[in-house]
Amino acid sequence: MNILTNPSKLRGFEKHIKIENVSRRSILKGLGLAGGFVLAAPVMMRPALAYETGAGQMPHGTVVDPRVFVSIAPDGIVTVLAHRAEMGTGVRTSLPMIVAEEMEADWKRVRVQQAHGDEVKYGNQDTDGSRSTRHYLMPMRQIGASARTMLEQAAAKRWGVPATEVKASNHEVVHGASGRKLGFGELAADAAQQSVPSVEGLKLKDPKDFRYLGKGQIGIVDLHDITTGAARYGADVRLPGMKYAVIARPPVTGGKLVSFEGSDAMKVSGVEKVMEVKGWPWPSKFQPLGGVAVIARNTGAAIKGRDALKIVWEDGPNGKYESSAYRKELEEAARKPGLVVRKEGDVEAALKGADKVIVGEYFLPHLAHVAMEPPVAVADVKGDKAEIWAPVQSAGGTREDVAKTLDISQENVTVNVTLLGGGFGRKSKCDFALEAALLSKELGAPVKVQWTREDDIHNGFLHTVSVERIEAGLDKSGKVTAWRHRSVAPSIASTFAAGTVHQAPFEIGMGLVDMPFEIANISCENPEAAAHTRIGWFRSVSNIPRAFAVQSMVGEIAHATGRDQKEMLLELIGSPRILKLDSVKDLWNYGEPYDSYPIDTARLRRVVELVAEKGEWGRQVPKGHGLGIAAHRSFVSYIATIIEVAVDDKGKLTVPRVDTAIDCGTYVNPERIQSQIEGAAIMGLSLAKYGEITFKDGKVQQKNFDDFPVIRIDESPAVTNVHIVPPGPDTPPSGVGEPGVPPFAPALINAIFAATGKRIRALPIGKQLEM
Amino acid sequence: MIKLKINGQEQKWDGDPDLPLLWFIRDEIGLTGTKFGCGQALCGSCTVLVDKQAARACVTSVSDVKDREVITIEGLHPTGDHPVQKAWRQLNVPQCGFCQTGQIMQAAALLIENPKPSRDQIRQSLSGNICRCGCYQRIENAIHLASTGV
Repeated sequence: MNILTNPSKLRGFEKHIKIENVSRRSILKGLGLAGGFVLAAPVMMRPALAYETGAGQMPHGTVVDPRVFVSIAPDGIVTVLAHRAEMGTGVRTSLPMIVAEEMEADWKRVRVQQAHGDEVKYGNQDTDGSRSTRHYLMPMRQIGASARTMLEQAAAKRWGVPATEVKASNHEVVHGASGRKLGFGELAADAAQQSVPSVEGLKLKDPKDFRYLGKGQIGIVDLHDITTGAARYGADVRLPGMKYAVIARPPVTGGKLVSFEGSDAMKVSGVEKVMEVKGWPWPSKFQPLGGVAVIARNTGAAIKGRDALKIVWEDGPNGKYESSAYRKELEEAARKPGLVVRKEGDVEAALKGADKVIVGEYFLPHLAHVAMEPPVAVADVKGDKAEIWAPVQSAGGTREDVAKTLDISQENVTVNVTLLGGGFGRKSKCDFALEAALLSKELGAPVKVQWTREDDIHNGFLHTVSVERIEAGLDKSGKVTAWRHRSVAPSIASTFAAGTVHQAPFEIGMGLVDMPFEIANISCENPEAAAHTRIGWFRSVSNIPRAFAVQSMVGEIAHATGRDQKEMLLELIGSPRILKLDSVKDLWNYGEPYDSYPIDTARLRRVVELVAEKGEWGRQVPKGHGLGIAAHRSFVSYIATIIEVAVDDKGKLTVPRVDTAIDCGTYVNPERIQSQIEGAAIMGLSLAKYGEITFKDGKVQQKNFDDFPVIRIDESPAVTNVHIVPPGPDTPPSGVGEPGVPPFAPALINAIFAATGKRIRALPIGKQLEM
Repeated sequence: MIKLKINGQEQKWDGDPDLPLLWFIRDEIGLTGTKFGCGQALCGSCTVLVDKQAARACVTSVSDVKDREVITIEGLHPTGDHPVQKAWRQLNVPQCGFCQTGQIMQAAALLIENPKPSRDQIRQSLSGNICRCGCYQRIENAIHLASTGV
């Protein structure tokens, strides 16, 4: 019995993980939605864009108040707060741009300031799940419209004319009849005295008048600083008197420090202290693993000192974790019935009666995030006050966790969010900030904790490892009549609750039970799997193995029936319809209301058709080349990808061309959508070609980019084309950061099959193509 | 006592001569544009110029650059308008941006050595610099732009 099947225990946790686990942090918080909303005005959706999102269900919901987010200086400079974390998606630019659009501010006179962690004040700040635009497009528009209205009211009052006669336009308010004008700066003080209009009465701009939104003409606000080295990431924070620390952590998840000898470390030039760091028992949630810290005058000395430590560890219950044996366990589990999570028709009978049954067993190993900036944080703890500077995805969650870890009040914790040198889900866990806080408290000085790349790979929160087994039954005509998909993988919930053996609804909802094919007999099952290391969110999460399996199987069926891959895919998707998943308990729809974001096969078909057209599906390719296609809905967006591969006579793989079509609804910044999809192709190719973390004796066997390679420029696709579906007028915004990754691997694998006749079912490809 | 020049300024170090240049630059001098990504010369985030050639600061010791001239991203151009930096901005290359200073320094070193590199030469020269966000297509195009003006 674990807490996922025993709701009487840890109710808050259960509620979130089981029903609406959109928030990586709400799991840890284990609380409901109490607190918050102090400043939160209700988010009313306007008729012009009539949709609802799950934003209000997130911890602390949304705050729609221009006084919180917008300030205007007498010189007219408008400052907009960015309350979400920037990790490369462009959100620090996109959300303030929405405010600027609605308030008629001139972008050249807008400055962006990063908000610190305070969810009561700013609303939810948990930057993950590809949620920022979809949850904040409307609130940011309302904030901008409120600010504009207040400026207009201030001008009308000054001139003694009705507010209906004045209009804000490009950073000033104009009285049309008299031609009088007042700049935003001149109106700032008066505007601040106006009452904040109710959201119900706000008039939003007509989209045809947009200057920035949807145009893709605005560069990211940090662009110049990034190119000159002035952009400040977590690692770049320096405080007077700051100490530099690295930590030796238990090499096995759940292991403990037994003893250590630090005298040799103390002899290293620049080393000042060697000390124990408190650890938490496994499953340790986001809390530190503990270990031995070396404190020095610079990071280089700390690393050298750590190399000189002699440490005895106790490995604990996971000391025997071994990857090839574990894979066999997963495979065996996948060959037996498991917990049924979706059931339509009678799959057993349909498989028995099938003319042909195609079986595919797909394997995807653990993956590490390896964001270019390894985890790092600076803390300055003085008495009962703490200040943190860190590249964290969840500023509010970090604040809560620091407070809890130091046993001080949240009001006494300030979390400054720096730029993130990549996140990919790793930095949604704030363990590194907690380590810095603990050390600073003990040292009585500011301290920076720097993880090395080896630490990042050895002590991360890995992507799960999974076996996905699909059996497809075909009748005599080649029509698929039965589909049984068993997914076996340790769950992220295992990082929070001991004894977890089933995947949580939010994992099952990522490509397993939401499988969109029109098949009469369907069974989706989740046999048990126990975790032996920390499992965490990795960009796209369970969608990666699921799309790999499901879309590879489409290719296998197409081959078995002599059909074109794309035609087979469209036939399986079937008629344009809204999926009704009545048999699925606790259907997880990325935290979104199903009415606004249903599974709409018409939209999935459209991206397949668009990518086929733009990507020239069916074109002649040279000998040794092949085309592959895959489509997948995730984070409530629809994506289809076509890949051309070339495999030479030695088995060397290159990618001459990638085409991806995305339907992410109403969008803000198409230029950043393009960059996210370009990047997703690289991440997809990395995991397909090389991505593999293995364990022996409970320890990760890889250590750095030499044995955990990622794609470099010389093996990157020659061309990646991105095709964005123009949204309908009322299509709600949906995710962009993550959905590009899942279809890449199966499209690549289908293309390799077309080029070589070799079907790869276990990733990474590694040496499987070598002749 | 080791003397070296960083961005035209003389610096002295009387600590561990084996200290990687990266940590001297970042922690002792306080120039944080040079990034730590791997510590093993595998990712290129810490690329600087040593006597006009690209070097990985994480595996170069302070004593290795005794009496030599080191240029970091902060010293590449006084106003940040090196042709590579300008091309980078024109094509909106970065996503998270963390590896970009290393990429830019590597590109600058390439253009010193080979002002008109082919696309293959660009890919070869930059293959030691990892971008986990995957900005490679734009990196290649930006270097091409910087070298050709088109």
